[in-house]
Amino acid sequence: MEKTRKHSRHSFRSNTLPAVVMTGPMTLLLILLVAVPLIYVGVMSFCSIDQYYNVVFQFTTKNYARLVSLDYMKIYGQSLLIAFVTTVICILIGYPFSWLIARTKSKYKKILYMLVIVPFWTNSLIRVYGWRTFLGTNGWLNTALQFLHLTDGPLNFLYNRGTTILGMVYCLLPFMILPLYTSIEKLDQSLLEASADLGAKKAATFVEVVLPLTAGGIFSGSIMIFIPCLGYFFISDILGGGNSDVIGNLIERQFQSGNNWPLGAALSIVLIVITLILVKLYQRMGGSMENLGV
Amino acid sequence: MKRKKRERNRKRLSALFCALVYLFLFLPISVIVVNSMNATTSKPYLSWKGFTLDWYVKLFDNSSLLQSFGNTMVIAIVSTLLATVIGTLGAVGMYRYKFKGKALLDGLLYIPVVIPEIVLGISLLTIFALVDIPRGMLTLILAHVTFCVPYVIFNVRARLAGYDSSIEEASLDLGANRIRTFFEITLPVLAPGIAGGALLAFTLSIDDVIISYFVNGQTKTFPLKVMESIKSGVAPDVNALSTLILLGTIVLVVLTQSDLLKIKKKVKR
Amino acid sequence: MSSIVQLEGVNKYFGKNHVVKDLNLSVEEGEFLTLLGSSGCGKTTTLRMIAGFEEPTSGSILVEGQAVEEKEPFERNVNTVFQSYALFPHKTIYDNIAYGLKMKKVPRPEIAQRVKEIMALVQLTGFEERYPSQLSGGQKQRVAIARALINRPRVLLLDEPLGALDLKLRKQMQLELKRLQRKLNITFIYVTHDQEEALTMSDRIAVMHDGILDQLGTPEEIYEQPQTKFVATFIGETNIFEGNIKELAMGRVAVRIENGVIRGCGYGFSRNEYITVSVRPEKMRFSPVPVKGFQLEAQVKDYVYVGSVVKCIAVLQNGMEIKMDRLAGEELPEPGSIIHPWWEEKDAVLLHNPENQVLEMIDSMPLV
Repeated sequence: MEKTRKHSRHSFRSNTLPAVVMTGPMTLLLILLVAVPLIYVGVMSFCSIDQYYNVVFQFTTKNYARLVSLDYMKIYGQSLLIAFVTTVICILIGYPFSWLIARTKSKYKKILYMLVIVPFWTNSLIRVYGWRTFLGTNGWLNTALQFLHLTDGPLNFLYNRGTTILGMVYCLLPFMILPLYTSIEKLDQSLLEASADLGAKKAATFVEVVLPLTAGGIFSGSIMIFIPCLGYFFISDILGGGNSDVIGNLIERQFQSGNNWPLGAALSIVLIVITLILVKLYQRMGGSMENLGV
Repeated sequence: MKRKKRERNRKRLSALFCALVYLFLFLPISVIVVNSMNATTSKPYLSWKGFTLDWYVKLFDNSSLLQSFGNTMVIAIVSTLLATVIGTLGAVGMYRYKFKGKALLDGLLYIPVVIPEIVLGISLLTIFALVDIPRGMLTLILAHVTFCVPYVIFNVRARLAGYDSSIEEASLDLGANRIRTFFEITLPVLAPGIAGGALLAFTLSIDDVIISYFVNGQTKTFPLKVMESIKSGVAPDVNALSTLILLGTIVLVVLTQSDLLKIKKKVKR
Repeated sequence: MSSIVQLEGVNKYFGKNHVVKDLNLSVEEGEFLTLLGSSGCGKTTTLRMIAGFEEPTSGSILVEGQAVEEKEPFERNVNTVFQSYALFPHKTIYDNIAYGLKMKKVPRPEIAQRVKEIMALVQLTGFEERYPSQLSGGQKQRVAIARALINRPRVLLLDEPLGALDLKLRKQMQLELKRLQRKLNITFIYVTHDQEEALTMSDRIAVMHDGILDQLGTPEEIYEQPQTKFVATFIGETNIFEGNIKELAMGRVAVRIENGVIRGCGYGFSRNEYITVSVRPEKMRFSPVPVKGFQLEAQVKDYVYVGSVVKCIAVLQNGMEIKMDRLAGEELPEPGSIIHPWWEEKDAVLLHNPENQVLEMIDSMPLV
C-alpha cells in the first residue's frame, strides 16, 4: 500500500516535469548559443589557418604571440583610453542631469524621463551618421560658423579620437542616466534634511550621504558604458575614420576583410578577459549583477 | 532676498543645462528629419537643395529598403515572441524550483548582457559556421532570441520579487488546476513585467547592428542596410523611413501609455 | 457527531527536519477546532497537509472518510483562508469571490446570486468593483473569508487569518468569525499562536509543541487541567515549581522544592518522583504567617495594576519570581514585606516530568 502510493504520487505531483518544461528551453538556449560558442571561440584562438584562410584544428600559440605586437598594444591602450574618457564624461554629464530630472517637481517629469529613451527609437547607426552630417566639412556646424563669419573656410572636426568619444558618449549616455535616475529617485528626502539638520553643508551632505547611496547607480552605469566602448567598432568607423580604432575594430577586421578567424578569436579573448576583470572589480565594489539589466 | 535670487539663478542654470543635454541627444535626430526633406539627388546627399516631401513617396519604390525593413520587423516580432515565452517560463521556473546547476545557469544569463556585443556576434558566427547552418533569417532570429532572453528574464524576475506565491495556492484551493492557475493567476499578475521585457526585447532587436552584422549572410535588416549605405552617403529615403519609424514608435508609445494611465485611473476610482 | 477530518499517524519531514511527529487527530463535524502553538511547532504544516499544499511523508489524512493525501488541492472539498489573504491583485472583489464557482463552471446567474448573498453576509455589499489594493486590512480579511465560504466547503481551514489586524479589529473579527461558523455550521480548523484567541473562539483546542500534539481538549480543560508543562506555561500565566514528592496519601501530595515544601493533589504519582507543579496566579494566596503544610517564604517586590486586578510580584529566596493576582482595592502588604504564599490543594496542577530527572538530589539539599 505504502509503496504503490509513493509510485502513483510521483507520476503527477512530482516537480520534475514542470521544472523541465519551464527551464528547459532557456537552459538549452544558454548552453547552445552562449556557453558552447564562447568555449569554441576559446578553442579557435589556439587554432591555425591554412593558405586559403580556412581554420585548421592544429594547436598553436601564434595568435596570442601576435596579440602583444606594438601596433596592437597601441590600440588596446587607445581603446581603454576612449572607454575611460567616455565613462568619465558620461558621469559628469549624467549625474547632474539625472539629479535634476529625478528631483524636479515639474508635472512633466515623466515626459522628461521618456525623452531620454526616445532617441533609442531611431537606429543608432543613422544617429551616429547624423553627427557626421552635422560636423562634416559641408555640415551644419561649419555652415553656421562661416555664415556668422567666425571662420573663413570649413574646419575639420571629424575623424579623430575626440569625435569617436563624442559618438560613444552620445550612444551610451542614457545608460548612465537611467540607473542614476532610479537610484536618485529612491533617495529619501528626509536623509538630506537630517544631514542638514545635523549641521552638514551641502557639499558635505553630498559626499557623506548622497554619493554613497547613489554609488551603485554610478558603478552599474560605468560598467554598462565602459565595456561596450571597447567593442563599438561602427562608431570609430563612422566618426573616427580609422584614426581612433578600438579593440572591436581589430576583431571585426579579422572576421571580415582580414579573414583570420583564429586571430580574431584570440582578440576576442582579450576583450572577454578585460570584461571579466571589470565585472569582478564591479562586484568587489559591492555592485549587484541584477542592476546591469537596465 | 539674496537667498531667493541665488535660488532663481540656480534654477535657470539647471534648466539651461538640461536643455543642452536634450539638445545633444536630439541634434542628430533633427539632422535625420531635416535631411529626409532634402531635395538633393546627388551623392552623398549632404548639400541642401530645397524642401521636398518626395522621399516619403519614393521610399515605397525602393524595394530593397522596404525588404530590409520587412526583415527587421519579422525578426523583431518572431524573436520577441520566442524570447518572451522562453524568458517568462524560465524566470518562473527558476523562481519556483531548485535544481542542480541553477547557479551556473544564472551566471550564463549575465553573459549576453555584459559581454561586448561583438564577442557574442563572432562567437555565434563561428558556431553557425562550424555546424554549417546557412546564415540568414534563421541565424538572425536565433541570435536575437539569445541576446533578448536575459532582458525578459530580468524584467519578469523583478516582478517576481514582489510576488506572493500563496495566491497560486489560493487558486488551487478554489478548484483551479495547475495549468488553469498559470493562465488565470500567474500570467496576469506577472504581465507588466512580461510586457516590459517584451518591449525591451523588441527595441533591442530592431536596433541591433553589431550582432546582426556577423550572422546575417545575405539577409539585410534595416540597420544593416543603413550601414551599407553609409559608405556612399545615406540617401534621404533612408532618413525618411527612419523618421517614419520614429513617428510610428512615438504614436504607439503615447497610445499605450495613455491607455495605461486610463486603466490606472479606473482602478483608483 | 461524527468525525469529518482524521489524521492518522501523520509525519512530515522537510529534508531531515521532522516537523510533524506521528500526529493523530480527529476533527468532529461542525466544530471549531484550533491548532495552537508557537511558530515552528508544525501547526501550519498540518493545516497545509489537510489543504493539500504539502503531502505527508507518511500516514494518512481522511476527509469525510476518504483518504485525500493523493488528491490535489483543487480536488478536495476544503477551502483555505490564508494568512496573507492571498487575494488576486488583478481581479475585482467580485471576481475574487466568484473564482471558485467559476472554476466549478457554475452558471453565471447562480454565481451572481451567490456572490451577492455572501457579500451581504460578510458586510461587503457595494465593494464588488473594487480591487484588493483599495481595501483596508479588515475588508481584505472579509473578502478572503467570503471567497472560501462561497464554495460551501465541508471544512474551512484558517491560517492565522487575523494575524495582520490591529488589536481592536482582531477582537471584533474573532466574534464575527465565531458567529459565521455557528450560522453556517461549517467545520473550522483554525491555526493561531495567540492563546487568548484560541480560548475565546474554539470548541476544542489542539496544543502543538515541537511537532507533537501535546493536548487536545476544550478551552476549559486546557486551561484548568494542562497535561504538560508546555501547555501549562503556554496557555495563560502560571507559576511553575519543580521538586520531588515527599509524602503522598489519598491523592494529597507534599512536594519538596528548592525553597521549601508545597502541596497539591493528584493521582498516579509515586514517592520521590520529580514532578512539576503549576499554579495559576489567580489561585495563589498569601498570608503574613506560615500556613500549615506549606513551607514557602517570599518578599513582595512590586505591584502592577491591570484594570480590576493587581498583579503582585514576589521573589522566593532563590531569586525565582512568582506572580499572584489580587483584586484591586484589597489591602496589600508594603513592598519588601515577607509573605507566605499558599493555595488550595485542588488548585495546583501536578505534572509528570519525564524529560527532566536530573534534579533528584534536591531531596538531599538542606532546607533553608
